Formats: sequence, structure tokens, C-alpha cells
Amino acid sequence: MQKTSLKLTPLNRRRWLFAYLALTPVLAIYIFIRIIPIIQTFRISFYKWDLISKRKPFLGFANYIGLLQDRAFLISLTNTTIIAFGILFFSVPISLLIAVLLSKPRKLSPLYETMYFLPVVTSMVPATLAWKWILDAQYGPLNQFIGYFGFSPQPWLVNPKLAVFSVILLSSWKIIGYNMIIFLVGIRNIPSMYYEAAEIDGASILQQFWNITLPLLKPILLFVSVITVISSYNVYTQVYVLASDAQGSPGYVVRVLVYDMIENGFRYFRMGYASAEAVYLLIIVLILTMIQFTFLRNRS
Amino acid sequence: MSVQQTTLGQVRTRQAGMTFLSRISTEAVLMLGAIIMVMPFLWMLSTAFKTPAEILSWPPRLIPGSPTLDNFATVFTTAPFDRWLLNSLILATTSTVAILLTSAIAGYVLAKFDFPGRYALFMIILATAIVPFEVYMLPLYLSARRLGLINTLPGIIAPFLIMSFGIFFIRQNVIASIPDDLIEAGRIDGASELWIFGRVIMPLLTGPLSALGIFAFMQAWNQFVWPSLITNSKNLYTAEVGLALFQTGFTVNFGAVSAGSVVSVAPILIVFFLLRKQIIEGVALSGLKG
Repeated sequence: MQKTSLKLTPLNRRRWLFAYLALTPVLAIYIFIRIIPIIQTFRISFYKWDLISKRKPFLGFANYIGLLQDRAFLISLTNTTIIAFGILFFSVPISLLIAVLLSKPRKLSPLYETMYFLPVVTSMVPATLAWKWILDAQYGPLNQFIGYFGFSPQPWLVNPKLAVFSVILLSSWKIIGYNMIIFLVGIRNIPSMYYEAAEIDGASILQQFWNITLPLLKPILLFVSVITVISSYNVYTQVYVLASDAQGSPGYVVRVLVYDMIENGFRYFRMGYASAEAVYLLIIVLILTMIQFTFLRNRS
Repeated sequence: MSVQQTTLGQVRTRQAGMTFLSRISTEAVLMLGAIIMVMPFLWMLSTAFKTPAEILSWPPRLIPGSPTLDNFATVFTTAPFDRWLLNSLILATTSTVAILLTSAIAGYVLAKFDFPGRYALFMIILATAIVPFEVYMLPLYLSARRLGLINTLPGIIAPFLIMSFGIFFIRQNVIASIPDDLIEAGRIDGASELWIFGRVIMPLLTGPLSALGIFAFMQAWNQFVWPSLITNSKNLYTAEVGLALFQTGFTVNFGAVSAGSVVSVAPILIVFFLLRKQIIEGVALSGLKG
């Protein structure tokens, strides 16, 4: 960064002109597709509006209060929270384990990295369809597989509890590769002298993990956990595809926040209500982000 | 003395045995996990080539007994899959080009120019980056409706013209790798700011820009929520949206659904296999910069 003064000299004027001209289109796009919609979300959330009529009565916080007494919203919030933390619970320990096992470069490392990373780049709809077929109660291979161990076939996508589990399973599968790569970078950045010293002292692999890897990986562990939970709170596509069938009743088995929001907005035309729901989602994300910032600031 | 030596020897042998055993078991765990990760793909691929009778036969088999292309024929004759793929391609390409341009210019200016309002602009980009798309998509839909962009390609593309992370990423790269002297030298030679950006800066950013480009492309290709909201005419669906709705009409036809999945996922997997190393390294880099 050049420490030029912020005075309007002829030289500065030329540079500023370029900076402003270059940034104007970018800023204009930002205003139209980010800033205005974000402000609008807040504004609309205080009104009752059905998308068509000219009347828009001001409601104050009525939408927010109404949501807290709305069964569908509360179920969605509960399901989404269970799913988000379920994904955290499954994906983070597994991806950490894989990363630890992969930390020392081995012959097949590139192959493993590719295989674990494949679900990350796959788009959600085909990935979900592959799982939908595997989880199919009647013809799916999963029921056949658990049959070998004496379990009876389970209605994975029909029973609400199992359906929540299925969403967690498939979402964890999809995110493990991403988390693994971030952990892998973190582990490889730990100076090898720590491990060498530990080996001389006769520390076992497990002791090395508990006393060196885990403490030094804490910030990355937190980062991965927080982004896993944040991204999981937006869960929608999986649920839409898993639960939709020929009868066209998607989302009734597992109701999640974004699904409930879209339904309030576009099926019942309760724009204010849906916007208040969006603000709740934002508040959750902000709290999670703040946890991360506070922790990182305390460290440095 | 001799007793101690034996014990030491025994310890050493046991350790060697342990490392060999742990190496084998590590390899086994990694391989088993990796196979579980790719299993759904193999299953999808295998189903796409099976006959209806074989798909429903019990127990299921991974290798199709009599491979057939009928499912792919069904996909392309019953749905405009070619059109959907084209729409996805248009969305992904336009979005990528726009993101590269906006990220390059904004990242460069924010890194190397000191002007009034720079900090405010930076904070705006940072603050909006935290807000998930799902939070503001309803008002965005209303704006699109007012502008007559429902059921149009520009409407599908509009939200994906910028990427906050892209701007930060390029800004970081400019700060880390482009010395001020280089820009000053151009200015002393009398070059215009635009010329310096186009001819001096851009060529130095090809590495980061191509990493960003791959991401932008995959991100746009994988979009589902927005394209599904803004389109309701079959010809404007993207591969993702089309496939999601296609499957509702073929609940029992797993072969056709699998073939459709293979078709819609193939382009992105080809990109992945061609650029595997850059993509994984890119994630490693970007993830840590968050």
C-alpha cells in the first residue's frame, strides 16, 4: 500500500478518478444484487404484504412474534438445528481422522484426496439422487446391506426421524472432503520438530495427536466447525430432492428453515412473514460468525 | 547386561511390527473410507446402464449384466436435457467472466489505491459477504420481477456477477505479489492507469485468476435455489433444476433418473478430473483465508 496523502493534488486526482471509475460498475452491481435486497429483507419483515395488493400495513415486530408461536417454523428451526449440528458431529471428527491419516505423504495420497474430494465438487441434485436410490426402502442397496447383519429394512426417507438422519448422512458425505483438505493444510503446517521431539520422548501416536496436533489445530478446528454449521443452516436442496416424489409433496417429511421460508413467501404469499424468517436465519449466522471472530481475536 | 540387550531387541522388533501393522491398517481405513465416498457415484453410473428388470432385481449387482443405453435415450427424448445443459453452461460461463473482471479490477484498486471511501467500500463488501444468499433472495426475486427478469437468462445470471471472496482473494494476491515500484515505473513512463492494469497487472494475476475462475464456474454450475425460484418454463431450467423436476416424474424409473444424473454431473466432473490439483490446492488456500 502506498502511503500517498489523501489531499486533492493533481496527481491524486488522476488516480482517484481511475479508482472511482473502475469501482463504479462493481459497486453498482453490489448495490443492486446485495445491498438493496439485504435492506429490503429487514424492511419488508415489519410489514404484512401479500405480493399483489397495494396495501402494506405496518406490523412492527408482529411477524417476528408470530413466528415464535408458529408450529411449522419451530419444527423447521428444530430440524435445521439438528441437521446442522448433526453434520458437524459426523463430518468434523471423520474428516479430522482422514486428515491425520493422510498427513504423512504416502504413495496413494493423490488418489485418496481425489476420492474424498469428489463429493465436494459434485452438484447437490445428482448427489442427492444417488443417495435417494441407495436409501430407497424397497430396492435400495443400503437395506440389503444392513440385512446381512440381521436388521430389518428401514423406511429411510419416509420416517421423519430417519429422514433427518439421511439428510445428515448425505450432507456429511458431501462436506467431508472439503473439511479434510483444510485440516490437512493445518496439520502439514505444524513444524515437524514437535513430533520429532515427542518421538524421542517415546510418545505414542495417540499421545502425539492429543498433545500436539489437536491443541495446535484448535483455530482451524473452530473455523471448520463454524463454517460447517453456517453452511448447513442453509440446507434446502437435499431436502427438496429427497422428499419430493411423484405426488409432489416435497419437504413435508423434513421441514427446514429455507424450505419453510420459500413456502411462506411463494405459496402463501406472506412476504413480510418470510422476510422475518430470513432475518432469524441471519441472526443465527451472525451469532456463529461472532463466536469465531471473538475466539480468533482472543488468541491474537 | 545380556538381559537388557534382549529386552531392547524385543522392544525394537515389537515396534517394527507395530509400525508395519499400523501402516497396513491405516491404508485399509483410508481405502475403505475412499470406497464409501465414491460408492454413490459407482452406483449411479451402474444403474444408468442397467435394464429396468435388472435395476429391480434382488440382490442388486454393481456391474450391469447386459449394459444398455436405453436410459440415456429416455432422458434426451422425454426432456430437453441438451437445452438445460446449455443453460447451465451459459450461466456458468457468464458468471465466471463477470466475477473474474469485477474481482480483478476491484481487488487491484482496493490493494493499491488510497482514496477517500476505500475503507467504507471494503467494509461494505466484507459485511455483505457474511450474509447468506438465502437471507436476501426474496427481495432479490421482487426486484427481478419488477425489472421483468423472471423466466429470462439474465435473471438467472444476475445474482452471480460478483463474488466477495473473489475480490478479497485478488486483493490479497496483489498485495503479496505485486510491488508498488512496478506500478510507479509504468506511471513514470507515462502509461495510463488503465494500460497499467490491463498490460502490467492482469498478466501477473493469471495464476490466482484461473484458480478463481474454476471456483466461479463450479459455483455457478451447482446453483439450485435461485434458478428454481426464478424459472417456471421448461426451456429455461438449468441442468440442476431440470434434473430435480425430471426425477419427480420418474419415481420408479431409477434408470432414467440415474442417466439424467450422470449427464448433468459429467461436465463438472470432467472439469474436476482435468484440474484436480489446482482445485484441491485452491480450496486449501482459500479455505484458510475464509
